[in-house]
Amino acid sequence: MMNRLALVLALLVMAGTAVAQQPGECLVAQHQLELAPLPHVQAALAAKKLDVLVVGAGSSILPGPDGAKAAYPARLQKALGELLPGVTVTVKTDIKSRRTAAEVIKTINKPLAETKPALVIWQTGTVDAVQGVDQDQFVQALDQGTNIARSAGADVILVNAQYSPRTESIIALSIYGDIMRWVALQHEMALFDRYAIMKLWADLGTFDLTGAANKLDIAARVHNCIGWLLADLVTEAAQQGAPQTEGR
Amino acid sequence: MAPLAPVSTERDLRLDLFRGLALWLIFLDHIPSNAVSWITIRNYGFSDATEIFVFISGYTAAFVYGRAMEQHGFVVSSARVLKRAWQIYIAHVFLFAIYLAEIAYVAHSFDNPLYTEEMGVLDFLKEPDVTILQALLLKFKPVNMDVLPLYIVLLAWFPPVLWLLRRAPSTALIASATFYSLSWWFDWNIPAYPKGVWVFNPFAWQMLFVFGAWCALGGARRLSRWIDSPIVITLAAAYLGFAFFIAIGWYFPRLAAYVPKFVSDTIYPIDKTNLDILRILHFLSLAVITVWFVPREWPVLRSPVFWPAIVCGQHSLETFCLGVFLSFAGHFVFTEISNGLLMQIMVSLAGIALMVGAAALLSWYKGVERRGPGPRPPAATPSYAGGA
Repeated sequence: MMNRLALVLALLVMAGTAVAQQPGECLVAQHQLELAPLPHVQAALAAKKLDVLVVGAGSSILPGPDGAKAAYPARLQKALGELLPGVTVTVKTDIKSRRTAAEVIKTINKPLAETKPALVIWQTGTVDAVQGVDQDQFVQALDQGTNIARSAGADVILVNAQYSPRTESIIALSIYGDIMRWVALQHEMALFDRYAIMKLWADLGTFDLTGAANKLDIAARVHNCIGWLLADLVTEAAQQGAPQTEGR
Repeated sequence: MAPLAPVSTERDLRLDLFRGLALWLIFLDHIPSNAVSWITIRNYGFSDATEIFVFISGYTAAFVYGRAMEQHGFVVSSARVLKRAWQIYIAHVFLFAIYLAEIAYVAHSFDNPLYTEEMGVLDFLKEPDVTILQALLLKFKPVNMDVLPLYIVLLAWFPPVLWLLRRAPSTALIASATFYSLSWWFDWNIPAYPKGVWVFNPFAWQMLFVFGAWCALGGARRLSRWIDSPIVITLAAAYLGFAFFIAIGWYFPRLAAYVPKFVSDTIYPIDKTNLDILRILHFLSLAVITVWFVPREWPVLRSPVFWPAIVCGQHSLETFCLGVFLSFAGHFVFTEISNGLLMQIMVSLAGIALMVGAAALLSWYKGVERRGPGPRPPAATPSYAGGA
């Protein structure tokens, strides 16, 4: 019993030192992160300048006048800035609601050319599931988008759909999530499993995601955590040194 | 080749048992985020309850309508098959009405700023005319309601298939497999609304249905020499073991790291829409092992232990529809009251109990109707009326 207590204390201390600025409520989901090599990010960190482009649809923004500030891309910029002292971090976005993966890649060249990012974080899957897009077309769009971003000199991290308890029985997410996992495996890139992380938060009672009412504070806290966890994923993967496949 | 008659006039209770179990598993899988669905077979291999359901439905359809074709000819038996397809269509429309009610409720009550994107799924409520028409055309695909449209198409197409199966079973089976291959080669599927294609591609899934029918019309007997061979049983067990290992890796990524890259490159994606060959093999392996463990004349099949599943399997359409409705209701309980583990177990058990209760009621009523002195003549295929 004492041993176990000591272990828990040791873990708490370790967690405390490792992520000083991160809200504790985000922490539970950290083991869900899967690392993959990020060579372009490594090079950018060496040059002390990291440009990130978040490409996404409606679940990458929050409504309201302060929505952009509270949404995870802005939180990611803040978190990366704190985790990477001395590095100039810029997070730009290419976000528009209700875009399928295929629609995103049609216009992706412009933001890529404008921001020249070392990292593209691509949130997708929800709209394709809502519209029931053909699975082969979804695979092709993911492949194509990944190749475009990589040939533009960026690493890619995929972000899957949100866990949404109330719409679970009316949106068939799972197959699109499986496809994203598979494509990530094929391209040896990281998948930020937002679905599993949010599900864990819901199961543990960290955040009440079943709430039907229009409450922005929980939404903002969720996005804050997603920003922090993404930042963790980026910095840890970049610090892994030589490309390796641990965690997959 | 000589026409084949059904193997036996005695109904194989194993069919009802496993169809009943499949219906329970489908119900458990259809409740989102249900911890109890961890027990269902989809988590331990490639195939799931859908394969069992489609295969057994093909088997029983051939069993029931094959005999009708023998006794009453092609036209009458075809009319019966089409009547059954019509009943399933009505059931589908009924379920769609419940689905619409659920969606409308969500649309009214839901305003969480996290989920503005997800609310897009409710858009079709803005043009109900189009949506309802598309649903009646079987092109709109409500989540978890994809089996019935598949079933409707399979049955509508079944009369000529059954005719051929009775004349030249091998030819029919080869034709079905050819059709399956062509659907893969040319990407055949039925378009859906608003985008994409049917979730269960009927051009692919017909093969399992026809294979079930072929087995019912004597194929199973011809296969028995193979099914009983120790080599086949060993191969089936080995394949199930392989699938189990791969499936466990879906939940424990550390184990997945032991899967060589060429294996994962080869097997993924495992395509459910087009009935991936890996899924067929997995189902066949399961069937081989099951038949080996559960002989046809196993006395326990008639014991009360298995009665609840068997009675559900004997009223599969009604039980399926009730299961879809109950999975909506279960999800409603999870979001509105609690989704604690205890609640999940209670909802799952209560749902299965209700399915069994309803099936038992139908069974009783059918018995009453058959015995009753009323003016109605007994149904043509009394004990199978819900079975095909």
